[in-house]
Amino acid sequence: MSLDVTQVLLSAQSADGAIRKHAEESLKQFQEQNLPGFLLSLSSELANEEKPEESRRLAGLILKNALDAKEQHRKNELFQRWLALDAGAKQQIKGLLLQTLTSPVASARSTASQVIAKVAGIEIPQKQWPELIGSLLSSIHQVQPNIKQATLETLGYLCEEVSPDAVDQDQVNKILTAVVQGMNASEANSDVRLAATRALYNALGFAQVNFSNDMERDYIMRVVCEATQSPEVKIRQAAFECLVAISSTYYDKLAAYMQDIFNITAKAVRGDEESVALQAIEFWSSICDEEIDILDEYSSEFTADSDVPCYYFIKQALPALVPMLLETLLKQEEDQDLDEGAWNLAMAGGTCLGLVARTVGDDIVPLVMPFVEENITKSDWRQREAATYAFGSILEGPSADKLAPLVNVALNFMLTALTKDPSNHVKDTTAWTLGRIFEFLHGSALETPPIITAENCQQILTVLLHSMKDVPNVAEKACGALYFLAQGYVDAGSASPLSPFFQDIVQNLLMVTHREDAGESRLRTAAYETLNEVVRCSTEETAPIVMQLVPVIMMELHQTLEAEKLSTDEREKRSELQGLLCGCLQVIIQKLGGMESTKYSFLQYADQIMDLFLRVFACRNATVHEEAMLAIGALAYAAGPNFAKYMAQFYQYLEMGLQNFEEYQVCAITVGVVGDLCRALEDKILPFCDGIMTQLLKDLSSNQLHRSVKPPIFSCFGDIALAIGENFEKYLIYAMPMLQSAADLSAHTTATDDEMLDYTNQLRNGILEAYSGILQGFKSSPKTQLLMPYAPHILQFLDALYNGKDMDDTVMKTAIGVLGDLADTLGVHAGPLINQSTSSKAFLEECLASDDPLVKESADWASIAITRAVSG
Amino acid sequence: MAPPPEPRRPYKRPAISDQQRRRELALQAQSARRADAQARARALASSLLTTPTPPAATHRHEEEHEEEEEQEHTVADVAASASKLRGSEARRWFARQIMLPEWMVDAPPHLASDWHVFARPSGKRCLVVSSNGITISRVRNGSILHRFPSALPNGSKRDISGPASSYSILDCIFHEPDQTYYIIDMICWRGYSLYDCTAEFRFFWVNSKLTETSAGDPPSANHRYRFSAVPIYECTLEGLQAAYSGGTPYVKDGLLFYNKHAHYQAGITPLTLVWKDETCSQYVIDTDGKGEVPNEQHLVLELQEDGKLVTSDDPPVVFGSLDNEFIQKSNLRTGNLLRFAVRDESVRLVDGKMQTGELQFVGKPNRARAFADSHSKALFQYAARHAPLRIDDLIASIQSNNMELESTDVEMQD
Repeated sequence: MSLDVTQVLLSAQSADGAIRKHAEESLKQFQEQNLPGFLLSLSSELANEEKPEESRRLAGLILKNALDAKEQHRKNELFQRWLALDAGAKQQIKGLLLQTLTSPVASARSTASQVIAKVAGIEIPQKQWPELIGSLLSSIHQVQPNIKQATLETLGYLCEEVSPDAVDQDQVNKILTAVVQGMNASEANSDVRLAATRALYNALGFAQVNFSNDMERDYIMRVVCEATQSPEVKIRQAAFECLVAISSTYYDKLAAYMQDIFNITAKAVRGDEESVALQAIEFWSSICDEEIDILDEYSSEFTADSDVPCYYFIKQALPALVPMLLETLLKQEEDQDLDEGAWNLAMAGGTCLGLVARTVGDDIVPLVMPFVEENITKSDWRQREAATYAFGSILEGPSADKLAPLVNVALNFMLTALTKDPSNHVKDTTAWTLGRIFEFLHGSALETPPIITAENCQQILTVLLHSMKDVPNVAEKACGALYFLAQGYVDAGSASPLSPFFQDIVQNLLMVTHREDAGESRLRTAAYETLNEVVRCSTEETAPIVMQLVPVIMMELHQTLEAEKLSTDEREKRSELQGLLCGCLQVIIQKLGGMESTKYSFLQYADQIMDLFLRVFACRNATVHEEAMLAIGALAYAAGPNFAKYMAQFYQYLEMGLQNFEEYQVCAITVGVVGDLCRALEDKILPFCDGIMTQLLKDLSSNQLHRSVKPPIFSCFGDIALAIGENFEKYLIYAMPMLQSAADLSAHTTATDDEMLDYTNQLRNGILEAYSGILQGFKSSPKTQLLMPYAPHILQFLDALYNGKDMDDTVMKTAIGVLGDLADTLGVHAGPLINQSTSSKAFLEECLASDDPLVKESADWASIAITRAVSG
Repeated sequence: MAPPPEPRRPYKRPAISDQQRRRELALQAQSARRADAQARARALASSLLTTPTPPAATHRHEEEHEEEEEQEHTVADVAASASKLRGSEARRWFARQIMLPEWMVDAPPHLASDWHVFARPSGKRCLVVSSNGITISRVRNGSILHRFPSALPNGSKRDISGPASSYSILDCIFHEPDQTYYIIDMICWRGYSLYDCTAEFRFFWVNSKLTETSAGDPPSANHRYRFSAVPIYECTLEGLQAAYSGGTPYVKDGLLFYNKHAHYQAGITPLTLVWKDETCSQYVIDTDGKGEVPNEQHLVLELQEDGKLVTSDDPPVVFGSLDNEFIQKSNLRTGNLLRFAVRDESVRLVDGKMQTGELQFVGKPNRARAFADSHSKALFQYAARHAPLRIDDLIASIQSNNMELESTDVEMQD
């Protein structure tokens, strides 16, 4: 291959599109024709000190991309490809990479460290590059700081790529020793110290054993705390980042250090650069997260023997922590409310204050209220805003008893401030605070006397509707407040206090959506979301107004479809608006379709609405619109069997949705809509089942589809079988083997963490729902016998679940139901099998004795069905 | 080295977007509907429907039987509105919720395969609603019979489980002698609607749910009245016999027939039927205001604006009319219920419809009465006085159905 690699790599970064494209083509060709040669020449390029920095960097980047990808299936492919490569070539490449670590060019070193870590990520779990860590550690003792720095950086990336259990404790100890030594104040070179500090951040996950040893932990903590005092701001920031990571990973090991950590964080918050101070605040937010989780666990389990005890760090730090956070609130930036990406000391401090309130509850109130009272009437807007923000922040956590009297006093003040305060910033925070009041202190679930009464409701609405005409960021918060005001009346029954103003509210919200500046501060989105909530919480007496809304929203949607020749940007905006309108229609369909009094008159619009949805789908090329899909599910449910007439046209989009691997949410929602269709159409869905089943089976065998979609696909099999009954026969030979292998897999998975266990249980539940639907679908059919061959396996699956002891209540309920379904459908034929199964009896008894009423209900049913099957 | 993720937390924004909320609500709705569909599929065979009945005293109670019209309701309406209503509004609303049987004037076909039968307890028909820690029963005209603590779900302050506002609604007959509510149907259980479920399924549910609570226990401080299921049979020869002459802990007042496939539907429906004879009821022939059987058949009819006298059916059946002079003289108003006597010889039956000649105004009925008679009741009463439908006729109907079935079998084997 006579390709001048350097030249091609430089051309690939050319400003001229044609040259760039040509170079990319050549690279691609090279890669396809001779992968080992390609990778080898790239690593030579990277290692070659004579080559320009630009070509070396790109060579490294392409190498990295040849080893890893975001999508799991692509990643696996690349892994396999690397492992299959000629051993000699790999050896050469790895040698060149290690060699690059000693380069005087910083960017080449840094690129090489990342590529080395990617290779390590593939090889170390396969025990294929055992000498790597040893050889890296030996270069730590090199004198040249650049090599030391590059080695530490590589160790850091390596810890990010490789899972801790793939590395021996002995090597872990050595890595940590090297890293912590590099962080030590005695390290003169600040690049080395920074690299070491950042490496520790990634290596913390490897340090379980070391953190359990008092001496080692003391040492690591001392070095980290010292690094927060470094003269280099980047080192201080990296050290605080380590503290944040430690606070969540090793919460239960922190007690001895909290006093010191408080002192250094307080010093940073009050005097250090913002990037450092933000991390110092984040430390406390993170401790709050931990304690909120632990306390949550406490209250949900009566035994209180959770794994991690709560050390009540926040409660103990409270008297000093709260004043520190209150000070930060006064450090607002002028226009922070207009900048979506803003994140500053005041914002972080207020957020932390809110978390502290959720952690300690009532105790925070007396510490914050003096600050509020002192500042809320001051002439400086910063003081008024800080006071309001402080008050708003503590509304979640403390009891309603404690807050209600304060809120009763504050409410009028807030309403006046929202109308009259000269500062937009203050008005923004005031509207947000009102929203928090409605969110947490309004609603029928509260036992305190209502904050919002018939008397002040009208006044509140007047103020909010008025504020919806204010500048976009204030109007957005006013919409948000109205959202929670409406939500509080969701259980108000037939006479909602909002009903008299309903028309007014709806009109004002529609006006907001039409504002010229509604694109700012996500105002239009907020207005539609509020409209949705207002509709959701509306009552029968305002149904006529909701009905009038149907043609209005339909017209809006229609208008979006008329626009032609749009730029990419405009198309994006249109799609977003269509999403909002379809979302709104979805909520309306659920509301009006769910009440007998409105259902029939609403369904007059069904043809037109469906037509609009189909056009929304048509104006996207390859993907369907998630919101339109959700809305169609709601429409199908409301329309029932009449939905059949839309199927011929709708089907192509349904299929498209089921094929959407990339936006897996769309795929998941479409799968759900298939379920809605099954229940609406029942056997009228039959003509479409071949296509649907084919697609679902493809989805299941795809390794590209996000795994979370698979359990609902299994449940969907059940929906289909229940709808089409014995017509499911022809799918049995495809569906059953898939169910069986998934069942085997899910029964024998030993979940290593909660997330895995959750997923496994979702999968089990989906499989069981499929069995349940299939069994019930065949009930009373002459073809019941077709299911007999599958019965033993189903029973084995149930045995395995019972013996595995790690199913949740939902799985338990579905599983025992399947046992009943088996007995019910197969009748006396199932009797002997059930009698023989090892655990049916014990399983049933356990379920019958369950405290969970749903499990018990399912077990009652199963018990009756089994008795009949067994007694014949 | 990759910088750690920016600890940017949501600022002045709700934790989840409305879109996420819509997604979650849609998923919840889907899984609830899947559960519904499954539960319906599991509706059990009737052999499971009979349960042992607790013993109770015997006595009798006076009762009127009426029926009236209403549109369908979903449980959403019921659950949302049931306890929010007050006073007369509540009365009117409840009055329209009960499913009312037509009177059986002819045996329907396929009794054995499509119908359930049970002996109706004598007493006050009422809807019992438990929620928010209290149980309230209302009789047909909507007025409250009892307000009491019970062991039904959320039926007493002590027994709150799940959302306190989740309702259970039972269709009962309160049997005075043993102070027991006999459950004849279930409309809603712990907020789960049974409106759209078949009778077969609802009966199964009554039995399995009742045992889940201690509502069947004898009265106690937190459970003022006992609830009991009635034994329900397939309407085969044996089932009919058991319902008709089997022992019950309660005084019988006729037999009720429920079509297995019928959903719960407010108002009069031909898919539930009531039938009586002297053996199984004390009250075959209507009594007058003094509790005596009058010489002539009485009819309670509603006066319409145009002077027509109509039944409570939907649409109403016209039985005659009053002239303006009479209306004014007697101080009658539109909507008044009026009692008339019908002379037998003036009655004609045309295509199964009853037509009357002269109606004699007797007076206004008992004020507690909320509805006029239905056409089927008038017809049944007429038949009861002349050529009643007898138990033997029902037995014969079942037998002939059996024979039909057998003969079809033979044909099919050919």
